This record gives sequence, structure tokens and C-alpha cells, in this order.
Amino acid sequence: MTNTASSELTVSARALSRSYGSNRAVREVSLQLMRGEVLGLLGPNGAGKTTTMQMLTGNLAPSSGEVDICGIDLIDQPTRAKSRIGYLPEIPPLYRELKVDEYLNLAARLHKVKKNALKKAIERAKSRCGLADMGSRLIGALSKGYQQRVGIAQAIIHEPDVIILDEPTIGLDPNQIREIRILIRDLGRDHSLILSTHILPEVEAVCDRVQILHRGEVVFNDSIAALKQFRGGQTLQLGLRTPPPTEEISRIAGGASVDAVNANLFRVHPSSGADPTEDLVRASVERGWGLFQLQPAQASLEEVFVQLTHREEEEVSA
Amino acid sequence: MIQTIVAKELRALFTSPLAWVILAFLQIILAWIFLTRVDYFLTIQPQLARVPNAPGLSEIVVVPMFGIASIVLLMSVPLLTMRLIAEERRNRTMTMLMSAPVSMTQIVLGKFLATAIFLAIVGGLISLMALSLLMGGKLDYGLLGANLLGLLLLTSSFAAIGLFVSCLTTHPVVAAIGALGAFLVLWLINIAASDPGSPGHLFSLLKHFEGFMNGTIGLSDLIYFAVLGAVFLVLSIRRLDADRLRA
Repeated sequence: MTNTASSELTVSARALSRSYGSNRAVREVSLQLMRGEVLGLLGPNGAGKTTTMQMLTGNLAPSSGEVDICGIDLIDQPTRAKSRIGYLPEIPPLYRELKVDEYLNLAARLHKVKKNALKKAIERAKSRCGLADMGSRLIGALSKGYQQRVGIAQAIIHEPDVIILDEPTIGLDPNQIREIRILIRDLGRDHSLILSTHILPEVEAVCDRVQILHRGEVVFNDSIAALKQFRGGQTLQLGLRTPPPTEEISRIAGGASVDAVNANLFRVHPSSGADPTEDLVRASVERGWGLFQLQPAQASLEEVFVQLTHREEEEVSA
Repeated sequence: MIQTIVAKELRALFTSPLAWVILAFLQIILAWIFLTRVDYFLTIQPQLARVPNAPGLSEIVVVPMFGIASIVLLMSVPLLTMRLIAEERRNRTMTMLMSAPVSMTQIVLGKFLATAIFLAIVGGLISLMALSLLMGGKLDYGLLGANLLGLLLLTSSFAAIGLFVSCLTTHPVVAAIGALGAFLVLWLINIAASDPGSPGHLFSLLKHFEGFMNGTIGLSDLIYFAVLGAVFLVLSIRRLDADRLRA
């Protein structure tokens, strides 16, 4: 990837909002994406991920805000902008009565793939999505995993600049999830990719950057490294066979708050910046606490949300 | 781009049993009407021979056949048009068309043309049945042509109205019932308007179709069907664009 390619802005959404009656599903979401970048849209169900993606793909009008795809306004020049997008909605838009080849042929024609390039485009999309032997199968007769792959194949068949995948790994078995993740990584090298999910490890596995949505608002927008750090939060899980009183652990850990998970397991939340790991190990060896577990406790998605929304409230009240 | 959508719609139509069932039933009903009318013609033929300027084979067999066809199509076009948008929305395949670099005008025209082509096939089959009379008699080609043109215009208007109703809902059945209701209102409006000068006649499908059945191609009738079709196609495009454009 060259510098010029990586600095090319492919998606730019400014202050997107969408209301359904009095319910504001998405509020002031802004989003920018460079070529070769994979952005994860993360959030619980109902956070506004799908609504945001529908607005980015021209399926839904934003109540306010603008979307540019490769510098083309999506509302003023919809057909030009849409030709640069490949979109896999939450429920793949499959014609069940068609065969895989017929369906991909239709997708390619709708996306204005040239006649002489049709066959090649279909073959390439099929081989990328592991559908090489499935061409003559009826889509309605395929398993959920294969249907999902056909959905991804239709989104990439015209080599779009921007690929938007709404929950691409939902309903797949662990092996298929792994294959899809590899494919996403692969696609992310020369396309811009946005994918939504509510699975935190998935974002960490494939994305460069993450935006977390909560009740229609962006509560986190940073690199994966920052998310990992944030998520780790330096919380430690400590397992001791003969534990001392929690006050003593707290003192050794430099005044960190300590929760007892059960009689032998503790969660240590050090004050920000401090790393009491070494002190805890030394103390437990010297005093014979019987250390059997010490690991950074990773916060679940729910905990990340609690922390993020909590932090916002603190900022507001400060 | 429109050809792609037309081809897709026709394929969808003919891979489902619906189109074949409609064609088969239409053919059975019309063949039955056709045979009874031919039979009737043969029984009254001796009397007709004595009447000067008597109605011929075309008036007695062909015209009633087109009349029945228009009513059967009034009831079956809603079944064809209900799927056009409502079913795509329901199956979530509409997203594929909406995300593709295709304008709403192309989507609407593509779907309309596909339905019109199917209806033209129906019209062709009916005309073939009428032409089979040539084996034993003479036909008034002008009358046959006027009837065929009238049927095509009428059913194209049905298709445009049905397409619009299909844009309004995500339930194919609701779309079918809505379209049928609209057709019946437009069909029967002249019964409600008892006064011969009433403006209700202006909007009646039956009134405008009657002219073609009698073999007269009136400019006002042509304009009526053209405007009716165009209005509902434009409304359909606007309805689909409303999802995409800011309110």
C-alpha cells in the first residue's frame, strides 16, 4: 500500500441523523474512512448500526447530514456514488429461486460490470468466497453459511471501492467465521471496508479502527490498539489459594480498589497508569498467598459500554 | 440497465408457477367462450344470411372473447403486480436494487415493461385463437386489431396501477387486494354516474375500453390510457424515491 492510496478518503459522512417519528435512531454520527482501512461499527442490538449503514448505502434518507462516497454526494448523484459501493445487508438480498451463477450474473449486470468481464468477475467472486463448486446450486437450497457467502460475493463482484457488510458472520459456524474473517482481512487490503457486529473479539480480529455506537451516538472512535487498552483497563484478575484480607491486596496494589469474585478470586482495578502486577507477584511469593492465576481481565462489550457511557456522564457533570 | 431488470422480472415470473397457472386458466376460459360463441354462430348462421348488413364472425366470436379476457385480466393482473415491489421488500431483496447503481425510474420502468410483455403474450395468444377462425371463415382485421390494442392499453393501465399499489406496502396480499379494489372502482365508475353527462364517465375504464371493442380507435381513449399509465408510473417512481430522498 502506497501513501497516496492510504490517504485517499473513500467514505465521508458528516453529522448523520435519522429519526423514526419521535425516536431518534441515529444522532449526529460522523464517519471517515480511507482506502485500505477496515472500520468496525460496534454496538448492541438497536444501537443504530443498521440504520447508519442503510444511510451510507443510499437505502435510507438521513433526516440530516451528508454522505460522500469517493467525493461523490450520495443524495445528489445516487447512481454514480452507488456504483462504488458493495453492500451486504443484515439479511442477504437473495433470490432463492435463482442458481448461484444466475444470481451473481444478475448482481454483476445491475452493477454495470462489462459484458466481456462478466464471466471473470463471477469466477473471481466465487473463488474468493469459497463458492467455486456451488455455481449450479439453487440459492434456496444452500445452507445459511453458504447463503451468507453468496451475499458477500454479490457485494464484491464489481470490485467496489467501499464494501459495507452488516453482521457478515452472523449465523455461521466457527470454521466459517474464521474463513470469512480471513476474507475480510484480505478484502481490506485494497478496498475500504465497514463492518458491523456486536461481537467485540471480531472487531479486534479484523478491524483497524472501531467506532462504538450506543443509543444512536458514537461513544468511541479510535484505533483497535486504543480499544484494547481501554478494554483491558489494566484490570487484573488475581487467584490466591490462601488470600489475605482484601485491604492488604489493595495496599500492595497501590491503593487500587479490589472486588472479591469468590473466596479465591479477586479483581484488582488499579488507579490509572499504575501497573501493580510485579508488586502483587512479589508480595504473594514473599507472604505465601498461593498465587495460581494472574491475568489481565478483559472487559466484555457490556462493560465497555458501561465504562464509555459512564465516562461521558462524568465528563458532562465535570 | 432496464433490459437487465426486465429480464430478471420475466425470469422470476416464469420460474414461478403463477405465470403458467394464469396463462393456463386464461386459455381454458377463453377457449370455452370461443367454442360456445362459434357454436352459437353456426346455429344462427341461416338466419343471419337473410339479414342485410348482418354481424359477422368477428362481431359474434372475437369481440365477446376480448370482453371476457378484459374481465379475467382485471382479476389476474393484481396477482402479477402484487409481487413487483411488495414481495421484493418482504424478501428483503429490494435492498439489492436500491443499492445498485440503478435509478428508481429504471427499476419502475423495468418492472412495468416486464409485466406489459407478459400481458402482450396473453394478447398474442388470444389473437391466435381468433385467427384460427380463418380456417373456415373471414375476419374483420380492423376490428381484431382495435380489440387487441384496446386490451393491451387496458391491461398496461392495470399494470401501472398495480405497480403503484405494490410500492405502497410490504404485503403482497394487501397489494393484490388494493389493486383489485382500484380496478373495480375505475371499471364501475360509470354505473355510479347515471347522468350521461356526468364527469364520472371520463374516468371509467369500461367506457374507454368500449370504444375499442366496437372497432373505433378514439384519440380521447388513447390519451386516457396513456395519461392513466404515465401518472401511476410517475407516482411509483416518486414513492420509491421517497425512501431515499430527504423528506
